[in-house]
Amino acid sequence: MRLIQGNEAVALGAAAAGCDFYAGYPITPATEIMEQMARILPARGGVFIQMEDELSAVAAAIGAAWGGARAMTATSGPGFSLMQEHIGYAAMTQTPCVIVDSQRGGPSTGLPTLPAQGEVMQARFGSHGDRVAITLTASSVLSAYEVTARAFALSETYRQPVIVLLDAVLSHMRENVDLPEITPVPRETAASAQDRQPFGDNPFVPFGEGRRTVVTGLAHDESGLPKTAGGKAVERMLRSLEERLRHDAREITHFQAYRLEDASVALLAYGITARAAHEAVDALRQEGVAAGLLDLQTLWPFPDYLVQEIAERVDTILVPELNLGQYVIAVQAAVQGRCRVVPLGRADGDLFTPEEIAAAAREVQDAKGGIVHA
Amino acid sequence: MPSVGQDLGAYLRQEMMPTVWCPGCGHGIIAQGIAAALKEVGTDLDQVVVVGGIGCSGRTPFYMNTGAMHTTHGRALAFATGLKMARPQLTVIVAMGDGDALAIGGNHFIHAARRNIDLTVVLYNNSIYGMTGGQSAPTTPQGSHSTTTPLGSIEPNFDAPTLAIAAGATFVARSTTFDFQEMPKLIARAIRHPGFSMVEVLSQCPTYFGRLNRLGEAPEMLFLERDQTIPLHDLPPVEITREVLVGKRPIGVFREEAMPEYTQRYRELCAAAGGVYDA
Repeated sequence: MRLIQGNEAVALGAAAAGCDFYAGYPITPATEIMEQMARILPARGGVFIQMEDELSAVAAAIGAAWGGARAMTATSGPGFSLMQEHIGYAAMTQTPCVIVDSQRGGPSTGLPTLPAQGEVMQARFGSHGDRVAITLTASSVLSAYEVTARAFALSETYRQPVIVLLDAVLSHMRENVDLPEITPVPRETAASAQDRQPFGDNPFVPFGEGRRTVVTGLAHDESGLPKTAGGKAVERMLRSLEERLRHDAREITHFQAYRLEDASVALLAYGITARAAHEAVDALRQEGVAAGLLDLQTLWPFPDYLVQEIAERVDTILVPELNLGQYVIAVQAAVQGRCRVVPLGRADGDLFTPEEIAAAAREVQDAKGGIVHA
Repeated sequence: MPSVGQDLGAYLRQEMMPTVWCPGCGHGIIAQGIAAALKEVGTDLDQVVVVGGIGCSGRTPFYMNTGAMHTTHGRALAFATGLKMARPQLTVIVAMGDGDALAIGGNHFIHAARRNIDLTVVLYNNSIYGMTGGQSAPTTPQGSHSTTTPLGSIEPNFDAPTLAIAAGATFVARSTTFDFQEMPKLIARAIRHPGFSMVEVLSQCPTYFGRLNRLGEAPEMLFLERDQTIPLHDLPPVEITREVLVGKRPIGVFREEAMPEYTQRYRELCAAAGGVYDA
């Protein structure tokens, strides 16, 4: 058992997953991740570098990935906005890397020390053009550790940047944890990838291993060479990735279901908000309201199958989140009228209390005429 | 002896020819200069990565038969820094344009120089944004015309070597596409230099800068390069004021100094922490 902070758990999770390159730029509330990495990496012979801004931090991480490193950067809202172009570059060049974003109040400089969940849609759509966007989140210090390690594994499997969303409270809170050991995902060797093309559904082979790969953010086909007609190849790559993610949805989607079996109102929450929602479920159950919780750790790709399954069984899905209604848009799109979807948002820098969530759940129950007793 | 015009076929990526560069553009001369320098240095091309940004110069990686990384506008040095740190045995050459390196990428330029990391920047300076059609750059000489300074530029221009030296670059040189014999030698010296090196190469853009400023076609512009520059060794050793004194841009090596290089210092840092860097 050790008492550690959420940001420390991220650094330890990265290290456990084999991260050997960190580039960053200080920003509240993510800075401790960087400070931890500055201590951890040199002692392991890994690279830590403080860059001149967030654009260069993520660029250096992508460059390092092409130098064979398992690379990460971490930031918060304003820095995450600056990183968007390069997240798209990593997606286009199929570069495995991990980007952690500890969300704080926005827009703009906003509320640097206070929590928010305002980057849920930015994680998915923030960079121009289409891309898949594997995005994970955590609602405890232990899951911050596990989710960060998992982000590295997914980035290797799908050759894509993977985003981990935290928030100011989870970043800074401390919990007693037992950290499980993690086995880093092995990489295919250049030798085994010898006759394969450098891009598309082929292994990632860094520079310096006998190949003179061409890496570009321009449209290109599996050879990597830029071609104006490469647009078709880009679409092929994107569709193929989407297809793989759809196929693997049940593996990729991690979640905690709590008292959902017989629920008539489901709380769908993620990150720090899921903790209050968890308590709200207990309070509602005591009053006889059949409430349950879906605490999502995989935000993107959106777990359609799971949310649709729940929507078939419940009357209402209530979506509390620390923004003015972002993820609820995706929930509505997936539910397609199977049940009611009710947003519950706040963006004032405060967390929801369990009572606020419970009150909202009571209200939706009352609105539909009568409490359903468990 | 490195020079352009020799057989450099093995150093160029034939399947990407012809280049996108306009007839008369100087960039092909510079790319040849990089190829000739690589031949001179004799590095295994599997261990070379040419990194570029966006713009005319940014296309260079596609034409080199090495590892190639065509990145984003202005950020090539940030990608190159990560790449070099992750695999320090690589020879990393960064081809940047003047707008790429000194406008949008100015911050990365000074910080890479400050770290004295072993990267070689070849700065293609044609005084204008070519790829987007002739807009003014931080290198556009004051008074010159571009599509965004139709009345003449009122901004003073950057002097890249002065900036690089002030930021901490340890090998700094300038050449021109006219000096096609000397330029590859300077690039070879820059590649060999253990630390941040920059060779600025003045290049002609007859399509935009030449046309908008009525400077003639490529041959006339090449002669202008000759007439508007002066070898450093022909100048009195008075720092800073020399250019002003003669009204010409000096060419040659401005600085060549052995200073602790970044990956080397990082190796020592790891050792002190009990780690083995680049094991």
